[in-house]
Amino acid sequence: MIIETRGLRKSFRARKGTVEAVRGVDLAVSEGEIFGFLGPNGAGKTTTLRMLATLLVPDGGTATVAGVDLRRNPGEVRRRIGYVAQGGGTWDEVTAREELVYQGRLYGLGKAEAAQRAAAAIEAFQLTEFADRHCKTFSGGQRRRVDIALGIIHRPTVVFLDEPTSGLDPQSRAHMWEEVRRLRAEGMTVFLTTHYLEEADALCDRVAIIDHGQIVALDTPAELKREVAGDVVTVGVTGSSAEAAKLLEPQPYVLMLERTATDLRLYVDAGATAIPQVLRTLDGAGIELASIELHRPSLDDVFLARTGRTLRESE
Amino acid sequence: MSLVRDTWLVFVRQMTLVLRNPVWVIVGLMQPLYFLLLFGPLLKGLPQVGGANAYQFFVPGLIVQLAMFGTLFVGFALIAELRGGVIERMRVTPVSRLALLLGRSLRDIVQLLFQSVMLVLLALPFGLTVHVADLLLALALVALIALLLSAVSYALALKLRSEDALAPLLNAVSMPVLLLSGILLPMSIGPGWLRTIAKWNPFSWAVDATRALFAGDPGNDNVWKALIILTVLAALSATWAARSFARSVR
Repeated sequence: MIIETRGLRKSFRARKGTVEAVRGVDLAVSEGEIFGFLGPNGAGKTTTLRMLATLLVPDGGTATVAGVDLRRNPGEVRRRIGYVAQGGGTWDEVTAREELVYQGRLYGLGKAEAAQRAAAAIEAFQLTEFADRHCKTFSGGQRRRVDIALGIIHRPTVVFLDEPTSGLDPQSRAHMWEEVRRLRAEGMTVFLTTHYLEEADALCDRVAIIDHGQIVALDTPAELKREVAGDVVTVGVTGSSAEAAKLLEPQPYVLMLERTATDLRLYVDAGATAIPQVLRTLDGAGIELASIELHRPSLDDVFLARTGRTLRESE
Repeated sequence: MSLVRDTWLVFVRQMTLVLRNPVWVIVGLMQPLYFLLLFGPLLKGLPQVGGANAYQFFVPGLIVQLAMFGTLFVGFALIAELRGGVIERMRVTPVSRLALLLGRSLRDIVQLLFQSVMLVLLALPFGLTVHVADLLLALALVALIALLLSAVSYALALKLRSEDALAPLLNAVSMPVLLLSGILLPMSIGPGWLRTIAKWNPFSWAVDATRALFAGDPGNDNVWKALIILTVLAALSATWAARSFARSVR
């Protein structure tokens, strides 16, 4: 395990008493995975991330990051990780290339090597066009790419990305996903936070869902969704739904069936294979189909099942 | 070793930023220049400050004033850097925490020394004279003030993290310190109780020492006393600020 935490806790003093931001987080992240931390704003994602990146000292619990005890040796952790804050952190009046060289120097690289790494990063992240312009002139997507290039200039084993696509347009977001996958392909473990369901689903190998400072679910997106309910096939018939229900209920692939006046809701393991069977069964009995619809559970359904509310309404 | 290297790295970056926007260096010189041009002539009529030699009395005070006001407000730039995420980016790297402070203070010192030399050069046509060796010693005092006050300013900025809180605090402190330093008029013409309070103001010692140096009297007791007082205070404030820098923040 490249990251392992046990009972990680952090609270802040606020005007109205103490806020427990992170209340006992246990995590295990394997080497080489893209690990997503999904949750609404204020759930404790960033606080956890900042603790793991040595920016905050935990109140309690233990953690090892990249093989190093976080609390005993934060200095060594810093050498092995990269961290990209949500808002980035570049000076306006400095060029991307200067920032990349400087960042390499801060990690102890010599001048020549830092310059060489900067040039390689500019190529890899496709920054060539604007690498020698001042950072204040960059678009959101350009800036984010520079931020990530800065975060990995020292070739860390683990890279932490706080909301890497927050506020980006869909095209820049897709581009950023490619960059994240490339980091993994280069052997890095990527730990990112997000409050976008699609992002956690499409990009992450495993997802931890966090709410009110505690992890409520942790698994691959597919497994998380399967645990909730499986797929739902909604069938509309022109005639009486009772007859169709009688036919479909005993089918082995139907886990559960709900009936309304005209619609049937079938809970199945895999909607894609259930639909042809439903069609065949109803067709064989001469029942006319008005509509058929497949609903696959999203991570929001998972969130709903675990917390009693949807992620969107938590925002 | 890595402290020296890291301090240099931070310093070079900070100087780059200053040189890309040098207008602030000039703006910082404006206030003492106004005093030189618009307040200095008033002193010429006062026998207590040397009459015709008023500039010999006044310019050393102006240099200390420049040192105080040029560095006391550097914390504002740090707050901007905190907000911009630059400091956080540095904190994740293994860069020396002390270097983050010293590199910035060094930038403040260099900038201030440049401004002080400019001020002296501009005052020469008004009849100011000074020996180079004495001037160098005076610049050493200026550098100590710069280190002392920039460290205080950075430490307060790290604590308050808001311009709205920092500005009134610095104003509340800097005004009495300025008035009790004898920069504008000599404390010696004031009543006894005011002189007693001024004795507790380290900058009043700095002003007396700088005046002695410009008067060609480097052996004056005020000079070594001011050097010791400012060295101790600068060391204390730098330690305080370095600890603030090292402490993990929200």
